[in-house]
Amino acid sequence: MTTATTTGLPRLLPRDGGRPEDWRLHMARFGPIPYRGSTGRLIDDVREAGLTGRGGAAFPAHRKLAAVAEAAANQRVRPVVIANGAEGEPASDKDATLLWLAPHLVLDGLQLAAEAAGADRAILYTHEDRRDDVGRRLRAELRQRRDDRVDVVLATAPPRFLAGQETALVNHLGGGPAVPRFPLPRVTERGLDGVPTLVQNAETLAHMALIARYGPRWFRQLGTGAEPGSLLTTVRRGGDGRPRIVEVPFGVPLMSLLGDLEDAGAVLVGGYHGTWLPTAQAMRLRLDNESLRSAGAAVGAGILAALPGDRCGLAETARVVRYLALESAGQCGPCLNGLPRMSAALTALATGRAAGRAAASARADLERWAGLVTGRGACHHPDGTARFVRSALRTFAGELDRHERGRCGAANRAPYLPVPSLTARTEEDWL
Amino acid sequence: MSEKLLVNPIDCDGHGACAELLPEMITLDEWGYPVIDDRPVPPALARDARSAVSACPKLALRLTRS
Amino acid sequence: MSGINSSTALWYVSRATGAVALLLMTAVLLLGLLVSRQGKLPGLPRFAVTGLHRNLSLLSVVFVALHVLTAVTDGYVTIPLISAVLPLASPYERLSLSLGAISLDLTLALIVTSLLRGRLGRRTWKAVHWLAYLTWPVAWLHGFSAATDLRQGWLFAFAIGDLLLVIAAVGWRVAAAAREVPRAERVGVLMAAVHQRGRGR
Repeated sequence: MTTATTTGLPRLLPRDGGRPEDWRLHMARFGPIPYRGSTGRLIDDVREAGLTGRGGAAFPAHRKLAAVAEAAANQRVRPVVIANGAEGEPASDKDATLLWLAPHLVLDGLQLAAEAAGADRAILYTHEDRRDDVGRRLRAELRQRRDDRVDVVLATAPPRFLAGQETALVNHLGGGPAVPRFPLPRVTERGLDGVPTLVQNAETLAHMALIARYGPRWFRQLGTGAEPGSLLTTVRRGGDGRPRIVEVPFGVPLMSLLGDLEDAGAVLVGGYHGTWLPTAQAMRLRLDNESLRSAGAAVGAGILAALPGDRCGLAETARVVRYLALESAGQCGPCLNGLPRMSAALTALATGRAAGRAAASARADLERWAGLVTGRGACHHPDGTARFVRSALRTFAGELDRHERGRCGAANRAPYLPVPSLTARTEEDWL
Repeated sequence: MSEKLLVNPIDCDGHGACAELLPEMITLDEWGYPVIDDRPVPPALARDARSAVSACPKLALRLTRS
Repeated sequence: MSGINSSTALWYVSRATGAVALLLMTAVLLLGLLVSRQGKLPGLPRFAVTGLHRNLSLLSVVFVALHVLTAVTDGYVTIPLISAVLPLASPYERLSLSLGAISLDLTLALIVTSLLRGRLGRRTWKAVHWLAYLTWPVAWLHGFSAATDLRQGWLFAFAIGDLLLVIAAVGWRVAAAAREVPRAERVGVLMAAVHQRGRGR
């Protein structure tokens, strides 16, 4: 071990802000990969550290790792470990940033996870066009590495919202389209090429690489008891909507990231499958699930946005839901039927085309459809979209009333939240 | 040992035979897709549940042991 | 003219059960097409379409069995029992009986895999079930070539009518499949429709 880093931040991101850490800098700061010498020993440390997935689901990392290791041992096969940097959510940039600034932490974590699971294959899965030259850069950085034990294959995800979904990822790597599959049997049991597969968010693996060096107690020096450690957040505030990536411990007040929220109209916590909250409520919340759960929200992948007060929250919601509907894989009846209808209703409400009684019935339809699609797809796309829609109906109730009467409270029509213009149209777009 | 009904929503194409054979636990939504009661199947309905599973042309409905 | 003896009776029964089996198989095929298009028979619940499809297929096997047994038992010509499932095994009417054997083998494959559908999984079952489109024509060819009386009079009309019906039904099914929107485009199509509907109001 090199001399321990301070208990402070940043842990994952480079010390001096924007300078990407190449192999040399990485070795100077962190030292070589602390291999454990056998499968399974990392798992105990990860469990003690209480590391949860940073991809949005917050599933305990040790349990996934243990499940894959156990399934592989039972089946007498070698599993596959995959670093998930697909980051299909447009409002999130933290994985792309991490892979740009500190790729070697992710790659270290991937090697350690491979050792812990007994894997002989490792894949780093990145988003196709987040940064044009990330592929070239990663290949160059991979060539620099000296102590990798498992060869890492680079693969790119199509620019689909669902590309990072666990079964969609495995499906795509197996040569198919990046659409979800029925979640049984679990990929930890039977995944890529039929073997147990670990799909772990890139940031989670980076934390693993640090836990392996400095131990679980060090990891727990930040964060809360139930949610230890630090996380990368993508934060948008201010008129330009430009995202900032900030590494913070769990439990920091939202206001420490979003500012005093005086000029904000509403706060979005958790990205496009997340929750809109009134600013008055958001002011009292902290960035941990215990606090957010009381408001019906969750940390998710650490995406936060303070919508400026001069924008129309309904218009933003309608734009996002249109995107979410177009990004449905169209495989499950409820999602295929519900999301486009929700999108059309929200668009009609946002543009004022639905006013008076039509607006009231559109609002009722939206509530009904949100309830109908939840839990009835093969993945959580309909659930997340429904949550987002319902929270908008609650938080923007005043705005909805105004729109019903033919008015809108917003002065600024410029879009705020990032929504890609290119969405899926044909079968090729999913490959 | 209780059994629960589970539908694979990708295979399901809203045929609707299941809802006819087990209306106590399966209803169709406004688009023709099954809404499944996810409570354990009561023993009195076990036979109907099995015929609903068998009647699905897409093999989308299944009974799981829990 | 010698009276109707047992051989002649068996010969008639064999012909009759063969014709009924072909009719039943036609019904099974039509019902199968209906199931795949999520169609409904008027006045009957949806599960009846699948139920009839399955039950009639089992009934057709019964008639095929009777058809085979009476043909084999009939002493007028010698047909070894094995030729019911083994092509080229009968010296009598080798080609047409081989067709019969092939269609019986295919029928058994369809039925056995369907009975074991739960265990085999959908993909395997479906792959075998495609053979239905081969089974029916082979059965029809067997009937048309083996039964000389099918080539004249009203029996001929029946045979040709049956064939045309199946061709039309399968053609309809193929056309419907060609019209189907590919999965990846369904969302786009629906989005355009619902957003358009709103604008129209």
